[in-house]
Amino acid sequence: MSTLILTNNAVERRHVVACSRCAHCESDVPSGLVRAGDAQQFCCEGCRTVYAMIHSCGFGEYYAMRESADAGSTSAKPVIIPQKAYAEFDDPAFAALYCRGAAGGFQSVELYLENVHCGACVWLVERLPYIMAAVKEARLDFGRQVVRLVFDPLQVKLSDIARQFARLGYPPHPARGRNERELRKREDRTHVIRIAIAGAIAGNVMIISFALYGGMFHGMEPIYERLFHWVSLLLMAVSVLGPGRVFFRGAMAALRAGVMHMDVPVSIGLAAGSLWSAVNAIRGSSEIYFDSLSILVFLLLLGRWIQLRQQRKSRDAVELLFSMTPGSARLVEGDDVREVPIEAIQPMQIVEVRAGETIPVDGVVEHGLSMINASFLTGESKPVRVKAGDRVHAGAVNLSSKLCIKAESIGEQTRVGKLMRLVEESASRRAPVVRLADRIAGIFVVAVLMLAALTFGLWVWLDPNQAMPNAMALLIITCPCALGLATPLAIIAGIGRAARGGMLIRGGEVVEQINRPGLLLLDKTGTLTIGSMRVTEWHGPDHLKQIVGAIESHSSHPLAAAMSGAFGDSQSANVTNVKETTGFGIEGVVDGERVLIGSRRFMMAQGIVIPFRFAALQDEMGARAATPVLVALGSEVQAVVGIGDPIKSDAHAAIRRLRCAGWNVGILSGDHPAVVAAVARELGMDSSMCHGAVSPEEKLAFVKQSLMHGPVMMVGDGVNDAAALAAASVGVAVKGGAEASFAAADVYLDRPGLTPLAELVEGSRRTFGVIRRNIAVSLLYNVLGVSLAVAGLLNPLIAAIIMPISSLTVIVLSYRSRTFEESGSCP
Amino acid sequence: MSMIFIILPLAIVIAACAMAGFIWAVRRGQFDDLDSPPWRALHDEPDVSNQSTSRRSPN
Repeated sequence: MSTLILTNNAVERRHVVACSRCAHCESDVPSGLVRAGDAQQFCCEGCRTVYAMIHSCGFGEYYAMRESADAGSTSAKPVIIPQKAYAEFDDPAFAALYCRGAAGGFQSVELYLENVHCGACVWLVERLPYIMAAVKEARLDFGRQVVRLVFDPLQVKLSDIARQFARLGYPPHPARGRNERELRKREDRTHVIRIAIAGAIAGNVMIISFALYGGMFHGMEPIYERLFHWVSLLLMAVSVLGPGRVFFRGAMAALRAGVMHMDVPVSIGLAAGSLWSAVNAIRGSSEIYFDSLSILVFLLLLGRWIQLRQQRKSRDAVELLFSMTPGSARLVEGDDVREVPIEAIQPMQIVEVRAGETIPVDGVVEHGLSMINASFLTGESKPVRVKAGDRVHAGAVNLSSKLCIKAESIGEQTRVGKLMRLVEESASRRAPVVRLADRIAGIFVVAVLMLAALTFGLWVWLDPNQAMPNAMALLIITCPCALGLATPLAIIAGIGRAARGGMLIRGGEVVEQINRPGLLLLDKTGTLTIGSMRVTEWHGPDHLKQIVGAIESHSSHPLAAAMSGAFGDSQSANVTNVKETTGFGIEGVVDGERVLIGSRRFMMAQGIVIPFRFAALQDEMGARAATPVLVALGSEVQAVVGIGDPIKSDAHAAIRRLRCAGWNVGILSGDHPAVVAAVARELGMDSSMCHGAVSPEEKLAFVKQSLMHGPVMMVGDGVNDAAALAAASVGVAVKGGAEASFAAADVYLDRPGLTPLAELVEGSRRTFGVIRRNIAVSLLYNVLGVSLAVAGLLNPLIAAIIMPISSLTVIVLSYRSRTFEESGSCP
Repeated sequence: MSMIFIILPLAIVIAACAMAGFIWAVRRGQFDDLDSPPWRALHDEPDVSNQSTSRRSPN
């Protein structure tokens, strides 16, 4: 969760500086990374490193490939990346889990790399064999940020390679779930082949059809007409029986399960059309629909493929984040400390956790005194002090100093592990969602079959010879090409736009769910608030700020970090004799005057006078859930600082928009009820809707109970929300949160703040509007077709024109509609 | 016009050959990753002795 704090710092700065272009890859530089005063700006550490390396190695010609090459400047220096030993990469347990043998005694391994950002990263990562001779091959999959390495285990240790990656600015993580990916790759290939066959056939049948249409107007010798009929029959048969088989399989499965699926009308249409056309072709009649049918197969397959890819994309992001959970621990054996994979730790062993690291096991502190941030479990934003004998849980972040922890439970057995199982259970138990298209399809199939029967009956009475052809024509013209495309296309277009706007949505049914407003439950820490301690108030003379910042920079206390961060840790103030009383305060001498900073008790113990004004301010802050810190100069308190977890700047506006969309907004937080009440008051929420001190298990229960009264959207960021996220009708994970919440959520907001949440709700509503319009348009076409068919006026030419036009209308409507806001790369 | 009896099947055979080529390429993994290779094409390979000759796409 140290990433959480980092990200939030970046967020803060983001609004201050304007954006610029990366000197290396020319991407927009996220404004949080803009360094004021530098001539070159970089979008990521990778680019910075590459830029410096390229120039130092004399590869400057790289930039000559671009018009705007900025030659001659080598001022950028490689950044210093915190070094990690990666010793766990050498452990036999690691090799057994992630490495595989390759030809020639080599080993292959897949690693997720952080910070892969642009094309230059491909260049740098694949340069590895030139830097390290023992690495035979490095291939980066840019989209998934996974590098596949082939290396010689006798010549090089994996930890060396890992360190090299870290030095280059790409901290590596073992890529989990390799088997699943292999499976998916095979599935992907089958899909592409299916689309290709269907597409090629559709094109060829179309060309033959043009000849036939030409023949209809200008006449054609029967022998050629027969040839064209037979050839297109043959091609269509390949298309329908080959790639088109998936629809029949889907329809069979749906019928066996007793549900109406879109595959059912598609299959009926395909089968009826094929048989009818085949019979006509053999009989020598000209009423054939081979072109429409093969195009239909192609378009439907294509639509499905695009939809699948979109869903994959969001799942990949989740998978990537999941891989970044700490997989190693520092094991202490006597004087020896080494890094091992988390799986290798046994109960009763001692692990060492340095400041800034995540605690890997549940256990008891053996020795050490530190502050930990356990907000992921408790939701409490204030850091907790732990000493020897205290119980700590895996996942908490150690903030200030080294801790030695005797492990009690590891992995699955930890509280987090158990919580993750709860998440899985809730996710799998979720009721299947009925999709709009499927519901309509059910009615549609019944309606079409009834109309066909009606037409048949009508024509048996009017003209028995025309009864069968007209009924069949109706079945074919209503072949739900446009209707089949209506929902998936609108959703694909919507999800695609949403992804570009930083909202990763897992599937179409999520869009539908968001459309039914109900109860919206927000987590507090990290969702409504920034999630870390900041200075929120200052009462006192401004010149003291600098002194406070300078003194506090000597302390590693989290509140001190907030103050030195806000006031600057400038060394201009001449601070001497700094003395810290852990947990109470800090004192120092500045320009000959004694300065004390700390709690009320600290001041009283030191005999400092607290004027009434400051005592009153202090009480007020307590009511606002901020921690007051007093600053004394000489013998009297002169200023008071309020430190709290501030509400995100866009929370007010976002909540107003969500209310407008019909959602009932409430808070569900593990933090202290007084803090929750203070936040609720500030955001103008109904206090009866805001609950504090709710444990993760209670959150799950609360969501389950609320589900009985209607849809529930849960928004959270931590492990403590994960089970509730999975159980809710829609779970939304916000940026900067814990990995577990991404895995459990249906939507992941990749942009900071709550504005994307409001956009998500509004965008889903607009997407749904597009779906309705698409369905209306395609139904209109169908009604037209049906009327013509019932009247016995339908001929192949009209059918051939109407069918593609209806599909085209739907495609254009889907892609041209504004649904989700697409944000630029600079927020 | 009777040429069509030869040309049409021939065209289909050629199309089938192209199709077979495409399927072969897909099976070889040429379409697995469409994002990285465009970048790769821009980079010259410096002449380094340890470079293994086979740089086949992993399957």
